[in-house]
Amino acid sequence: MIRLERLTKIFGTHTAVDNVDMEVGAGEVCVLLGPSGCGKTTALKMINRLIPPTSGKIHIDGRDTSGIDEVQLRRSIGYVIQQIGLFPNKTIEDNICVVPDLLGWDRRKSRKRAAELLELVNLQPSVYLKRYPKQLSGGQQQRVGVVRALAADPPVLLMDEPFGAIDPINREVIQDEFMKLQSSLKKTVMFVSHDIDEAVKMASRIAIFREGRLIQCDTPDKLLSHPANGFIADFVGSDRALKRLRLMKVGAVMMRDCPVAKPEDSLDRAAKSMEEHGLAGLAVVDDQRRPSGMIKLEAARGRQGQVSDYRETLPATINVNADVRTAVSVMFAHAVGWLSCVNDQGAVEGCITQGAITDALAPALGRT
Amino acid sequence: METLAFIAANLPVIGQRTLEHISIVSVSVGLAILLGVPIGIAITQSRAVADRVLYVASMMMTIPSIALFGLLIPLLAPFGYGIGYVPAVIALVVYSQLPIIRNTYTAIMNVDPSLREAAIGMGMTPLQRLREVELPIAMPVIISGVRNAVVLGIAIATIATYIGAGGLGVFISRGISQTDIRQLITGALAVSLLAITADYSLLAFQRWLTPRELRS
Repeated sequence: MIRLERLTKIFGTHTAVDNVDMEVGAGEVCVLLGPSGCGKTTALKMINRLIPPTSGKIHIDGRDTSGIDEVQLRRSIGYVIQQIGLFPNKTIEDNICVVPDLLGWDRRKSRKRAAELLELVNLQPSVYLKRYPKQLSGGQQQRVGVVRALAADPPVLLMDEPFGAIDPINREVIQDEFMKLQSSLKKTVMFVSHDIDEAVKMASRIAIFREGRLIQCDTPDKLLSHPANGFIADFVGSDRALKRLRLMKVGAVMMRDCPVAKPEDSLDRAAKSMEEHGLAGLAVVDDQRRPSGMIKLEAARGRQGQVSDYRETLPATINVNADVRTAVSVMFAHAVGWLSCVNDQGAVEGCITQGAITDALAPALGRT
Repeated sequence: METLAFIAANLPVIGQRTLEHISIVSVSVGLAILLGVPIGIAITQSRAVADRVLYVASMMMTIPSIALFGLLIPLLAPFGYGIGYVPAVIALVVYSQLPIIRNTYTAIMNVDPSLREAAIGMGMTPLQRLREVELPIAMPVIISGVRNAVVLGIAIATIATYIGAGGLGVFISRGISQTDIRQLITGALAVSLLAITADYSLLAFQRWLTPRELRS
């Protein structure tokens, strides 16, 4: 747990960080967000005392850190920087073991740990341990940068725009990997970013800074639905409602009692159930509830015969674990107003409509 | 042909002179490293000090060697070392300072600041940072400064024969005073060979120090 108490940094006449009070609970990922020069990086670097605070206190796990020797303090805090900062003269293995070596760990133990950590970020130890940083791609290097910070198993991790210099495709992958890692390691993470999308994706809480002051510290959903003022509303973007879609899972928004049709059902019955639920189409499923096609309302209405006579191919389905933003994107890509939601086995669990998504966004939209 | 015959007849003397030459250069460059590398590291702490130190070192380089030997005579004579081996070594230490201090300073200043930040952020002390990160990364540039100093030293040590320090310069000075082209060529050839050999050996040493994967 990290607690900042009236933390202030003054450079000459410029107040970089102004009386910041905040708390990051154990296992939380708190993203410090704001335009450049807003003090977020300065605030972060005061925690491992790369920048000495002018006044105020920093507590880690209840201990006031001002009484701890700065070298000892830094060894107990993981640190990841945007420029990665792997030492080019050391192998990947030795890079990962920097802090354990400084702490005087047994060599065998630390080298074993290096191999385990590489495994966690999908780099094969037998291939990469003995390589040098410049033999790795940028994305691979930052994976090593992240596990290096975890090597001595520190409870707290500071990350200064760690994925900022990585190309967008790799960035998504590394973010996902980090989130997976974090869900099992449960470190207390302070993460500086200037990318609202990254913040929404990674954070359990987002702290917005402006001109050295902390303006709002809230969950991503709260921040997007209820920005405290015009500055934050502007900063998170006029598309903030769309950004919230990313925080919702298809499974949470879909209609679970969504009707489906069997190929042998009568058209009349299919049309009735569509009208009853206000749907424009139904998924046609087999005995395992796997979709084999769809039937449209205008095809079924007023016609005699079986569903299989007018069955069309289903343009797309969406996995229940996907986020709603992806679902919307699939809808637009196929010009459809609804999607069948399938589980990992491919069976239909429900359906999601544009109307249901609008409704899901609505409760939080009281103030815009 | 005459020169070849001269060389063949005087091999033991040439060997003797070469050893003297190597002794002057290696002792003085050795001392120059012990002095220059710590100075180069120390001046990274202050830009103003660094500028002054490098300025003085450049000034020393511009003193003609024969003049420096002359200057050292009255300075060292009271201690009984006015001429010979000692002033030769001292002069070479002076001349070696610029390439060694400058390369050490530049190499350490050029270490990527993000590596320094990572090192500090992970809890290295300044000495650990120097030993684990800055010096290993700076090493190729420092060694190339040493190579400069060695080649320069081999050339300047040739002049030291005029203050009685021996070395391969003896053949050249005698060749001139006796108008003996054989001695002159022998001396010049030996000095050149020694310089080239020393330069390449140090280059090889530098490569040997670099892990195979990092060689360019």
